[in-house]
Amino acid sequence: VAGVEKTEMPEKILITMWENNVAPRFDLTTEVLIARIEKDGTVTDQKTIVLAHESTEDLCQLILNEEVGVVVCGGIEEEFFDYLTWKKVKVFDSVMGPWERALERFRERKLKPGTILFERKEKKGHGR
Amino acid sequence: MSFGKIKGLFDSPVKLPSLVDELPIGVAVLDLDRRILLMNRSLEVMTGFNREEVWFVPCHDVLRSNLCQTRCPFIHSRDSNAPVTVEGDIINRDHQRIPIRLTAVPLTDTDGKVVGFMETLEDIRALKQANDNIRKAVSFGNIIGRSPKMEEIFRLIPVIAQTDSSLLITGETGTGKDAIAEVIHRSSDRSKGSFIKVNCGALPETLLESELFGHKKGAFTGAVSDKMGRLRLAHNGTLYLTEIGDLPLPLQVKLLTFLDDKVVFPLGSTSGFQAEVRIIAATHRNLEKMVRDGLFRQDLLFRLNVVRLHLPPLREREGDVGILLDHFLKIYSTRFGKNIKGFTPGVRQLLMNYSYPGNVRELRNIVEYATNICQADSIGIEHLPIYMNGEYEEGMAGMEHVHADPADGGHGKEISGRVTEMNWSEIEKKLIIETLLKVNGRKNKAADKLGWGRTTLWRKMKQYGLES
Repeated sequence: VAGVEKTEMPEKILITMWENNVAPRFDLTTEVLIARIEKDGTVTDQKTIVLAHESTEDLCQLILNEEVGVVVCGGIEEEFFDYLTWKKVKVFDSVMGPWERALERFRERKLKPGTILFERKEKKGHGR
Repeated sequence: MSFGKIKGLFDSPVKLPSLVDELPIGVAVLDLDRRILLMNRSLEVMTGFNREEVWFVPCHDVLRSNLCQTRCPFIHSRDSNAPVTVEGDIINRDHQRIPIRLTAVPLTDTDGKVVGFMETLEDIRALKQANDNIRKAVSFGNIIGRSPKMEEIFRLIPVIAQTDSSLLITGETGTGKDAIAEVIHRSSDRSKGSFIKVNCGALPETLLESELFGHKKGAFTGAVSDKMGRLRLAHNGTLYLTEIGDLPLPLQVKLLTFLDDKVVFPLGSTSGFQAEVRIIAATHRNLEKMVRDGLFRQDLLFRLNVVRLHLPPLREREGDVGILLDHFLKIYSTRFGKNIKGFTPGVRQLLMNYSYPGNVRELRNIVEYATNICQADSIGIEHLPIYMNGEYEEGMAGMEHVHADPADGGHGKEISGRVTEMNWSEIEKKLIIETLLKVNGRKNKAADKLGWGRTTLWRKMKQYGLES
């Protein structure tokens, strides 16, 4: 799984939100964070948008209207993943954890699809 | 028990995963904050995450179920300590949405204190698919079909049943007008009342008048007693007038009067009866043309035509012939005590491509005849009515080769190669063109309207040379 490609251009990012975390499901998202990441990694134009209702189509439309380049989300259905990819939007799916940390990792160019951002205690064992 | 191990159950401790790994359903053990402690292999396969990777991650981020955000079963489970089973779906790592049945169980320690949770997830895709097929395949009363046109009819029936307006059912002979009328009555608020059927074409005018409106004793020669008409018998129910196009003109006026004031005047009587009757009329004739030819009253047509339902002929019901063949074969095999398994491939192909001018009735009669005649375990060409043999010969002319199949005792003839297309191809091509015109050439919309996937539409367009 590839990480973030280095880019010289400022990039607009959208993170699906549920409480303090990245929303587990793209289709059930009712709140999103949109921010602009400048070339030097600073965050500008950060805003939160509350959607009127859960609608994957409306959310995709918002992504395109806002000219978002990167979407960070949890689970997303193939149809919409393929659609956004086709529209040249990079989708970082299966990201789990606080959305603030996801934004931070993205700024640091360390975010990948499937990144788990929860703090976890040391594992006692895993039973394999 | 240490983490992941069970002690005391066997002579030596066993790993918990080894107990649950081979179960065919997904199992997860969670802590009190609903974080993943253990997942079995089935759940790893279902979700696409491995248990080490998602250890101590909140369950909602791993399962990604539509239940998590608003209907988490553990919230209920924690209150009652009772297992909760709910249906929903999950989106796995491969972006697939999987319908699931989830059972949430609280886990308690030896003192009965809840220490965690266990959840099991069943993949119910197969079940859902089977249900969808059943729902699609069928049926309103005795009417079956899953073509887009019949699905539309099935959608309309409950709506029409809830109104009390007069209904006109049109459609070719054998399309199921009588069956639809009865189903509408049974589904309506009038279902407790009678469903009275009168065939307007079956009786001479005078008898029909007496039949519909009734008569008083002595009203005419032979009227030895009072007789209640069908309209009165249908009080609080439905009167179904079949072959309304054959209703004589003088009776059309009388029916028109009844539709206006809902009062029945029997022949020879001066007192009327207020009848609460819903009228359903049906015909295979073109009533508009009959009006133009002066054979049917325009005002009666307007009154009957409040709600109109047109039943498609069988040749326009794509995919229904196969279902109907199997349906009637099953019915008649049981009725005649035969053990017929099906049709030989050649016969099935022939029956699928036949144009059925008599529609479902003709198809039913063919199957009934064949089932009666057939002594073998599948219906072959020799069991079909003689006129169908002609069709078979025609069909054979277009085949590449035909050979006897020894497996069916020589009764059936295995056909390979292409069977001559009859009517359906032309109708389907026309249907595609018409639909595309209606939606201004937008294939997505056309596919939706036709009830097909985009690829099916594309394939068929290519097949008929419609792709630019």
